[in-house]
Amino acid sequence: MNINPVVLFFASVFTSNILLTNFLGMCSYISISKDLNSSNGLGMAVTFVMTVTTVLNWFVYHYIIVPFGLDYLRYIIFIIVIAAVVQILEMVIDRISPSLYMTLGIFLPLITVNCAILGVTLFMQLRNYSLLQSLFYGLGSGLGWWLAIILLAAIRKKIDNAPAPAGLKGTGLTFITIGIMAMAFIGFSGMIRVQ
Amino acid sequence: MSLVLITTLITSAISALLAGAIVLIDSFVNNYGLVKITINKRKTIEVKGGSPLLFTLASQGIFIPSACGGRGSCGVCKVKVLTDVGAYLPTETPYISKEQMKENIRLSCQVKVKKNLEIEIPDELLYAKKFKAIVEKIKNVTYDIKELTLQLIEPQTIDFKAGQYVQLSIPPYGKIDQITQRAYSISSVPSQKNKIELLIRLVPGGAATTYVHNYMKEKEIIEFTGPFGEFYVRETDATMICVAGGSGMAPIKSIIFDLYEKGTSNREIWYFFGARSLKDLFYVDMFKDLEKKWNNFHFVPALSNPLPEDNWNGETGLITDVLDKYLKNKIEKSKPKEGYLCGSPGMINACIQVMKTNGIPEEKIYYDKFA
Ligand code: FES
Repeated sequence: MNINPVVLFFASVFTSNILLTNFLGMCSYISISKDLNSSNGLGMAVTFVMTVTTVLNWFVYHYIIVPFGLDYLRYIIFIIVIAAVVQILEMVIDRISPSLYMTLGIFLPLITVNCAILGVTLFMQLRNYSLLQSLFYGLGSGLGWWLAIILLAAIRKKIDNAPAPAGLKGTGLTFITIGIMAMAFIGFSGMIRVQ
Repeated sequence: MSLVLITTLITSAISALLAGAIVLIDSFVNNYGLVKITINKRKTIEVKGGSPLLFTLASQGIFIPSACGGRGSCGVCKVKVLTDVGAYLPTETPYISKEQMKENIRLSCQVKVKKNLEIEIPDELLYAKKFKAIVEKIKNVTYDIKELTLQLIEPQTIDFKAGQYVQLSIPPYGKIDQITQRAYSISSVPSQKNKIELLIRLVPGGAATTYVHNYMKEKEIIEFTGPFGEFYVRETDATMICVAGGSGMAPIKSIIFDLYEKGTSNREIWYFFGARSLKDLFYVDMFKDLEKKWNNFHFVPALSNPLPEDNWNGETGLITDVLDKYLKNKIEKSKPKEGYLCGSPGMINACIQVMKTNGIPEEKIYYDKFA
């Protein structure tokens, strides 16, 4: 695939947002977006893990998996790399911002199994991105996820004070909001083709 | 075959490499170095940072009572943390009330020690230890109260004040798959340092008492922590009015025999022991003997429902009525008095009322309630 890395970057933030067009990484998206601060923290963490693991996995794929013909093992190897990066990230966050560590709680270790992260790695491999493309794609997808979660958190904050029917309050309205957001993002999807 | 080998090798190599990286990073990211914990503004201990407060303190021999073993599910391990250690964790909030939050009470098993801390704990906890003991004797004193003698193995001696309690760890048994911890007053005297004696009444359905009554064997090894508690004799000349019911006997027995051993002669001591009928009464001869040997001690056992076959000719009626009668007619009025109560909350509250109407100030009434 010959897409300019910069184009790929913007595409993955907006037009092909991993969350809102592929619906990956939904569980932490919905549960953490109640609060703007922790959304911000989780967004940062996801962006970091996504960028680092996409690049690391690119190397792992091209220098270990392909030469040794281990394609059938790629899921497990990718996941091991992701798990290790998350583990390191967890230690670092615990050290530099204990309060963020506490608010993220279980969702921090759960980044390991955040499907958006494995998804980005797999798309990278499937679409045969170059190293530079992978870097921009990982970073862009991370930022896209981050953008989507803080947008939702901001909207939910408003909605909380809105006079809504009791039955819709909470998760119900959140789902509707996500749906509308996704439509808005998908609106861009014809502009650039990334796959 | 070689495929399996290569697969295993490569996966392990990658994992090992990453694990190595984690260990390396861990050694400098999670190195909090030595941190100081200041306890009650008096004692400072230096510890390695990075673990939960509960375990850090335990490693220094300071045992905060805990019933769930640090899993954040019992809410017992509360400690006041004066240093800012960040917001409350979602695991803490269910156990900590608004008032406690204002006082900075935290669950010590959920707070990690990362920097110098200042904490406050009840003074007694500074001296509480963990003990291992062998069950030397289990004796029935009534049909539902057992006297348990524990011979200490490690450490071999215990220092406590008469009236304090220990927390017994009951091992998992039957359907109960966790260690249960329950508090019991020590009934033996502090001068006996290598053994303690507990009185345990069978509570129907109670996990710990059922174990003691039905499963515990002599010679078995058991653990407890302690001593804890603020129920002990204040050193004054005031007349002591002790009231107990059932296994509330334990701390009072310890207190009275301790005072006797110390040769106390400057204060008068009255002991009212309430029971329903003769079969609930115990240690009567022991205290009657003591009464003969010791001039300032008076023992008044009272039955609320003596059975005809009991042939009871002592005091009858509710312990509160008996207490009231003695306070009004028999006990010298002019001397200051102190109350020492141990028993059910109902009995204690009723006795406090009687004592107050007879002029004993509430702050001079000390008690150990067991619910
Ligand atoms: S030890 Fe049980 S909550 Fe902390």
